[in-house]
Amino acid sequence: MKVAVITFPGSNCDYDCYQALKTLGGFEPEFRWHRDEKLGDVDAVLLPGGFSYGDYLRSGAIARFSPIMEAVVEFARAGGPVAGICNGFQILCESGLLPGALLPNESLLFRSYDVHIRVETVRTPFTSAYERHQVLRIPIAHGDGNFHADDETLAELEGDDRIVFRYVDADGSLTPEANPNGSAHHIAGIVNASRNVLGMMPHPERAVEPVLGSTDGAGLFTSLRRHLEGAMA
Amino acid sequence: MTDPTTSPSPVTTDGGAVIPRPRPGDPEITAEVVEAHGLSAEEYERVLGILSRTPTFTELGIFSAMWSEHCGYKNSKRLLMLLPTEAPWVIQGPGENAGVIDVGDGLALAFKIESHNHPSAVEPYQGAATGVGGILRDIFTMGARPIAVLDSLRFGDLDSGRNRYLFAGVVKGVGDYGNCVGIPNIGGEVFFDRAYDGNPLVNAMALGLMKREDLIKGEASGVGNPIMAVGARTGRDGIHGATFASEELSEDSDESSRPQVQVGDPFTEKLLLEASLELIRSGHIVGIQDMGAAGVTSSASEMAGRAGSGVELEMADVPVREEGMTPYEILLSESQERMLVAAKAGREDEVRKILAKWELEAEVIGAVTDDGYFRILEDGEVVANIPALPLTDGCPTYEREGIEGEDVKEARRRDLSPVLEPEGDLTEPFMRLMGSPNVASKRWIYDQYDTTVRTSTVVRPGSDAGVVRLRGTRRAIAATTDCNGRFCWLNPREGAKAAVAEAARNLVCSGALPTAITNNLNFGNPLKPHIYHQLREAVLGMAEACSLFETPVTGGNVSLFNETDGKAIYPTPVVGMVGILDDVDHATRAAFQVEGDSIILLGETSEEIGGSEYLYREHGEVAGEAPSVDLLAERRLQHAVLGMIQKGHIRSAHDCSEGGLAAALAESAVSGERALGVDVQLHARIAPVALFFGESTGRVILSCSADEESRVLEIARSHGVPAQLIGRVGGTASPFSIRAPRGSIEIPVETLRERYFGTLPELMAQTAAEEVR
Repeated sequence: MKVAVITFPGSNCDYDCYQALKTLGGFEPEFRWHRDEKLGDVDAVLLPGGFSYGDYLRSGAIARFSPIMEAVVEFARAGGPVAGICNGFQILCESGLLPGALLPNESLLFRSYDVHIRVETVRTPFTSAYERHQVLRIPIAHGDGNFHADDETLAELEGDDRIVFRYVDADGSLTPEANPNGSAHHIAGIVNASRNVLGMMPHPERAVEPVLGSTDGAGLFTSLRRHLEGAMA
Repeated sequence: MTDPTTSPSPVTTDGGAVIPRPRPGDPEITAEVVEAHGLSAEEYERVLGILSRTPTFTELGIFSAMWSEHCGYKNSKRLLMLLPTEAPWVIQGPGENAGVIDVGDGLALAFKIESHNHPSAVEPYQGAATGVGGILRDIFTMGARPIAVLDSLRFGDLDSGRNRYLFAGVVKGVGDYGNCVGIPNIGGEVFFDRAYDGNPLVNAMALGLMKREDLIKGEASGVGNPIMAVGARTGRDGIHGATFASEELSEDSDESSRPQVQVGDPFTEKLLLEASLELIRSGHIVGIQDMGAAGVTSSASEMAGRAGSGVELEMADVPVREEGMTPYEILLSESQERMLVAAKAGREDEVRKILAKWELEAEVIGAVTDDGYFRILEDGEVVANIPALPLTDGCPTYEREGIEGEDVKEARRRDLSPVLEPEGDLTEPFMRLMGSPNVASKRWIYDQYDTTVRTSTVVRPGSDAGVVRLRGTRRAIAATTDCNGRFCWLNPREGAKAAVAEAARNLVCSGALPTAITNNLNFGNPLKPHIYHQLREAVLGMAEACSLFETPVTGGNVSLFNETDGKAIYPTPVVGMVGILDDVDHATRAAFQVEGDSIILLGETSEEIGGSEYLYREHGEVAGEAPSVDLLAERRLQHAVLGMIQKGHIRSAHDCSEGGLAAALAESAVSGERALGVDVQLHARIAPVALFFGESTGRVILSCSADEESRVLEIARSHGVPAQLIGRVGGTASPFSIRAPRGSIEIPVETLRERYFGTLPELMAQTAAEEVR
């Protein structure tokens, strides 16, 4: 299964995503450069974390204009699975593939530590290997992760089962302390209406091996593999 | 090697014959102008001797920068030569951009520490950010990909708003830069004491990994090879930063020195990192060097000096971002994110192509010559012409008189016996100690640092040392920074030994064999005899300890003149040490792991309280004798602990440092995933204040399963290490309880946990985020 990992100038989790795919097996990850105009023959796309173009204007605001993003949008509109992690989530919001925006964290400080997130829906190509309401421990590392959307959009996300992950405490409860950045409705990840485009702030690629302290992120990739296998069969 | 006859660039062979012209508008070279450039009369005499004529204004600026303490090490070089620098595993010792050691499997580790103290005192955010940027460039110019950073910080006490502002700004600067480039922060230290009022210390350390064969040096060899400026353009920021860093600060420094502080751009750094590594692997270049302190001047002259060649540079060809910059300004600008590259002749376009891929520029600004001169042209006219070797290596070095300061002598003699009188329930002073920012958790800091990017961090900040695995091998690297400035003030020789010993102990407690160090010598004005005394004694102590632990010094940085209005910081010789874990599974943490485990104390607790955090917090004093350091006992201890870890006998290991035994037990109790109580009974009949809070060196707290208890005690005995079973790890609902013959501490572990993690956030909540930018 070929997965394109997009590298923008300033991406710094591209190699980590590539390694996670290699480590978990069953994937052939390939890098795509921001100036590439075509994705080529790939089965899924990963937009990694980092600071694309320095993110000096607004996170993801410049990346959406890069040539490769046209191809990514086209791929997503055709139903191809696309996951954006951290900066990748921000880019997906900026490019209109996902609703809402990621504002600076409420604390105005960069936040980097393990959070607990609850799997809210398993009806996506990225979460089918998890149990509904399973609690995962996964690192975050971001300055702009405060998910914001208007009430109508939030109601739609809630009503259509499109909230994929929420920040919770270790027991799975929605306590205020468990929300690291002030996100509306504790949102850590969402999908688009067609359910093939995922954006999430936590870093599943950093939780795929015991030596890293958690393997809870592996399910995201095994779900994707299962989904692609199903699509090919 | 290029044949000079086919070289595309002009090669002057009789370099010395060229007399540079003064530029129109250049100030006349008077005694005042010389003095303003930080050169003594004697040093100026030497300049005249080297040139056999009066220097031009441009040349004077060049000498000023190169012969500043920052670049020339004139007050420290003779002492630095006393440090051990060699071992079979050292690939590159001092003198290059970074030291390099062999870590097995064909891999090499580049690492170095560097200070950005003066800029951070004036502009904490940019000062700290560019400190991280500079040290990362030192690593990737060696051909290594950065894999981790650490930061060693010192500030005045946090009851001052100014100090909170500096602290918050520095932490944000360190974080933003490293986070953006994508290098995990795996540890470091911070210490607060009034001695650092107005003079914060910001020392950044970086580690990088490479294949042995990818090692490249900062050499400009091959006559006719083009010299290229790579990366960001040159602006007017940071002019004379190196000279500024070699002066004392005054109240006026804040405003007047801002232009000497550089501005960082981590995004460009990230591009420069990728481009440089690609360039090095491409085989198109012969040498590369960061344009750090003293910019083009130091990088070009050092590259020529190392290769024994010369360079000729045309200032009109340097890409600048401001109109009308003079050669003087271009030569001394410390604009960030720039590199100087010696390319192979004829490969200029390939170099440009690689840089362009990463949206960066590369321009030919000169060529390697064979005449040994550092020659600067402006539109073809020579404006500076200096022999390169005397410029880089001819800086006069001084050995000065050193005398111990009277204030220290008096502080050492202070009678501390009343301090040791309290007995009985010492829970209250203990809790105050746990609320000291020197003891409390530093999580407020490292929650702002990306610690897990690169998916190789095994032990994150908050334990004794950070650990990163080496992907594709069983091995891992551990790193730590350590120095107790109070100990060093009271006794610089013992204090420096203690710093090396503590660093090694931290690595061992994490499962690593200590391998080598980089050092950052932060001191006051060495022209004062009591400061020179501190410097000499500290270097001697460090040399002795490094020799014994077989941890050679592979490089580092000297930061002198850390004084404000005549008041010096504590002597602070920071030790950045790296170690190797043969197996990543040996990585061990400070936190207790399992209820019911046995707690074992290794090492000797003496009745000493001198220089302790307890003395400072409870009595406002820094006095008494610094704890003594028995290096041989320390080495036995470390061998024993490493053996226990490698054989899988123990579940946690933690060294005792600030706050003493009680604080160390508390840290092990509350820093795990769940806070666990402890039930400890101590038998030593010494004063409980010393027993609980004294900072005797050479002690480690272990935990192991009850089954392993006798084996652990036996291993300790066989190494000649004092060891005693002192208690058991409790559950999440158990109290934190320590009893001794004459005193006790008892507190619910949850209360202790809140104090430990709550202190810094509470203190810093007073600093509004907008103050920080």
